[in-house]
Parts: sequence; C-alpha cells; structure tokens
Amino acid sequence: MTTEDKETRSVGTVFPQVVRFAEPLTLASGVMLHDYQLVYETYGTLNAHKSNAILICHALSGSHHVAGHYAEDPRAVGWWDNMVGPGKPLDTERFFVVGVNNLGGCHGSTGPSSVNPATGRPYGSHFPFVTVEDWVKTQARLADHLGIDCFAAVMGGSLGGMQALQWSISYPHRLRHALVIAAAPSLSAQNIGFNEVARQAITTDPDFHGGDFYAHGVVPERGLRLARMLGHITYLSDDAMMAKFGRELLGGAPHFSLEVEFEIESYLRYQGKKFSERFDANTYLIMTKALDYFDPARQTGGNLAAALAGVTAQYLVLSFTTDWRFSPARSQEIVQGLLANRVPVSYAEIESNQGHDAFLMENHDYFSVMSAYLERVAQECAP
Amino acid sequence: MIRADHELIAQGIRLESRVLDLGCGDGQLLAHLQRTRRATGYGIEIVPERVVAALRQGIQVLQVNLESGLSGFAAGSFDTVILSQTLQAMRNTEEILREMLRVGREGIVTFPNFGYWKHRWQVLNGMMPKSPDMPYEWYDTPNVHLCTLQDFEALCARMGVQVIERRVMNPAGRVVHTLPNLLGSLAYYRIRSAV
Repeated sequence: MTTEDKETRSVGTVFPQVVRFAEPLTLASGVMLHDYQLVYETYGTLNAHKSNAILICHALSGSHHVAGHYAEDPRAVGWWDNMVGPGKPLDTERFFVVGVNNLGGCHGSTGPSSVNPATGRPYGSHFPFVTVEDWVKTQARLADHLGIDCFAAVMGGSLGGMQALQWSISYPHRLRHALVIAAAPSLSAQNIGFNEVARQAITTDPDFHGGDFYAHGVVPERGLRLARMLGHITYLSDDAMMAKFGRELLGGAPHFSLEVEFEIESYLRYQGKKFSERFDANTYLIMTKALDYFDPARQTGGNLAAALAGVTAQYLVLSFTTDWRFSPARSQEIVQGLLANRVPVSYAEIESNQGHDAFLMENHDYFSVMSAYLERVAQECAP
Repeated sequence: MIRADHELIAQGIRLESRVLDLGCGDGQLLAHLQRTRRATGYGIEIVPERVVAALRQGIQVLQVNLESGLSGFAAGSFDTVILSQTLQAMRNTEEILREMLRVGREGIVTFPNFGYWKHRWQVLNGMMPKSPDMPYEWYDTPNVHLCTLQDFEALCARMGVQVIERRVMNPAGRVVHTLPNLLGSLAYYRIRSAV
C-alpha cells in the first residue's frame, strides 16, 4: 500500500492468483468435472487463528476482482472497491478478504471459453450447467486450499447474496455470519422471464453458433448487447432512470430517425457494447440459469423455513426500497424463514432510489449498517 | 447508565427468556437484557440511525414498520414482548396490543402517564404538557395516543387483556403507591390475554 492508497483508502495494487483442482467434482446436474481452476484475489492478512477471513461472492457479471487495481491497468478498479479497503465498511486492516471468480465464469476460472482438455478446444456448448450449490462447493475447496476452516463471514449482493445464503445451508459450520444483500430465496416468474429474454437474445444471434462461436472467430455481440441493455433497465428504478437520463431530446426536437435521440438510448447502447466486448455469452447463459434454478426450498416442498432448519450462522439481510428485481418483500421471506428457526438475524431496508444496483453504490445508511455489523464480526475474530 | 424503566422491565424478564422489543431504539434495553437475563430475541426499529445504533449494541434488530403488524412472527414465539415508551407513538394501538399478545405469552408496556400532576398542571395553565418523558412540542411530537393509567386499564378491560402487574414510577425513579394516576409519571404494565 502506498501513501496515496492510504489516502484513497484503497487496497492498492492487487494481483489475481490461480488454484487448480485435480479432484473430480460432481455437479448438481450429475456431470463430473475432472479438473478445473479458480482465479481469486485476497486482500488483508489472515490472522494466526485464521479466524478473520471473509468470502465475497459475486453477482451475475462480477468477478474475483473485488477491490484495488492492477499494476498494468490502474483503471481496472474492483467492482466493490467502495465497500472493501482500509477503513472502509469491510476493513481490510481487520479482515482477510477473498474474492473468487465462479466456476463457469469468464475472468480466469474454468468456464465455457476455457480449453477443454479432452478436446483441445473451448468447451463452448459442452460446458456443464452449474448451480449456486456447485459454486459454494468449489468455494469451499478454495477455502480448504487457503487453510480456512471457518469464514468469519460470507457475503454478497444479488446472486452473490444467494451464494452466502447457500453457504449457510451447505456448510453451516464453516461460516459464522452470512450477509445476504439485495437477494431473494428464489427468482419470481417475472425474473426468470427477464433472464429468458436475455438468453433468447444471445442464442438467436446468428453469431452464437449453438454456443461454439469460438471456432468461428466471432462473438454473439448483438445478443450480448441486448441482454445487457435489458438487464440494465431492470437494475435501475424508474425514478433513478428518469432522474439520471430524463427525456430531453438531443438537439431539442425529434429527428424522426432511429439514431440515438434520448440519453437513455445512448446509455444502454454504451453499456451493452462495453459488456459485449468483455463478457462471454455462454457464461451469461450459465449464470442466468444458475439464478433461475436457485431455490433452496425446492427440497423441502417449497417450505423455506424447513430448508433453513440446519443453519447455525448469524445473518444480516439487507434490501433496498426501490429494488424491484429483488424487492424488499423477497428479502423479508428470507428473514421470516430464519425467524421461524429462531436464528439470530438482523434486517435493514435501506432507503435508496437506485433500484437493484443500489447494493453496489455508496449510500450513508447502507454503509453505516454494514460498518456496524462488520464491527461485530471483527470483534469476534479478535484472537 | 441504565434507564429506570429499563431496570423495571428487566425485573419482569425471567432468565433466558425469548424477548421481542418493539421500538427498540438504540438497543440499550435488549443489550441489558442479554447481559443480565441472558435473554435472546430481536429488536424492531424503523429509524435508520437507531437501527445502526442497535447493531452497534450487539443486538439483533429488524427494520420493520410496527404499524403493519407482526405477521412475520409465529403465535407464541416469544416469552415476553416489550413495548417500552412506544405505545403513545403508535397509530394502531389496539392492533399492536393484540399482536403483542399473539406472538408473546406476556407483554410489558411502559408509557408516560398523561395524568401525572405536572402534566395536568400544565394543561390547567393552558399549555400542552412537556416533561422529560414527553419532551416534545405539541406540533412536533411523535406521540399521537397519550393516555393515563385509567385510560389504559379501561382499554385492557375492553380488549380482554389481563393486567398481571402494574408499577408506577415518579421522575426520580421511585415506585409510587399512593394516587399513582396523579403522582406517577411513568407506567409499567405486565399483561397477557385473559383466557
């Protein structure tokens, strides 16, 4: 950490690490992966008792690059840099923070764009579907590799929050706290509907080639752009979108053309384009399917409280008032499932006009709650 | 420093009780009950700053609007449900009392006694009363349903709520035995549903 990093409360220059697992992994789909790798980053120092580790799970388009920046690309700042760093709510001077790219991802962990050792070609359409349970299983193997028996906390927003919840179900004794932010116990039909439109945009792109576009030297960019544009609409609230973009016409009057005339059009096209240049189409399909399948209550006949019967973690559940993708009511379902089991849980509904994206934004109430809760977690870690 | 009414409430909580504190504020009461009574449970609070303060006290807090009831809690899931100096700020008074006694086997209610002589004196002098327990101006008070001991007991009788115990305190924190509705500034009731 340089003096400048201290002033900006950044973890500074970080570098990704890779771990390869040769032990076969049977996925929820029944498919076996013989060999895979995970890319991860860590910030802070693991204490002597290895009791201060926090795992951060990423959402749909996130990665292991949670905080700090790369030496070769100072602009590549981690996706949760406002939350994670020295003196920040997740204080890297107290915690050892682990960020990991999920299996099936496209940022260095084994995924559809990785070379299949059996064929010497990218997996493409042959990459197996993975579930939240599968991810949690691979993250537990990463914890083994790092010598962490029990995380002080596992946390994440959106799909990341679902992983934190699943952690507490799959490995109740391997975490003390689960921070479940802007998540839901399962997707609604509307949510699955949005995901399906995004998937259709990708799979019907002529450049998709059934998922094996790598061999054709093309990328289904149009599909990815549309998928991302749709996603962005659902991540923002109506109010936030109106406040940010308004409905002013460029040039003040209609052009009667299909060119960009409204600010929102320009924004969505830009976001779509940027995303299509960096994200793998197959990964997008796999991640959205993992979201759709997530439903811990499926095994217990739809009874979430029963699905949570074996948990032993303490919970912080957070929602945002204008999040309509994963509304506060969905977070409250999680809380009620926990209350029915008399589990220690705290819940806050953060006032925000930012919609689902609010979990990534700096917000006084949100960060105050996170700081207060993580202070408790930190005090328990003291050896 | 423990508030006098908190100490009174703690005395009514059996060891290792499951407690729900409605309108838990900064969480001091529940933290006190955790320490001294090994109580477990939750606080409910709506104001963001107080939620943060309660988290810092080390209690479990749920940011839920009490006015929409306690539907998230199963019947009989707590030994005691506490409504400490919050009743007077509730709009739906009867509903919250019913809900308290649905989810808890017992309820503890404390509130400032509007019938306290200094309050009456201020009204006699033509002003809305102000006191340490009711420090607000009439135009900015969160208190919408102030009552006296008699008023509260009449409501309990009408709702079929049984008063198990009543204690009344003066501003010095001493228990008042004579003319409680006149000399007591703070009321404490332990209640349950009359079967």
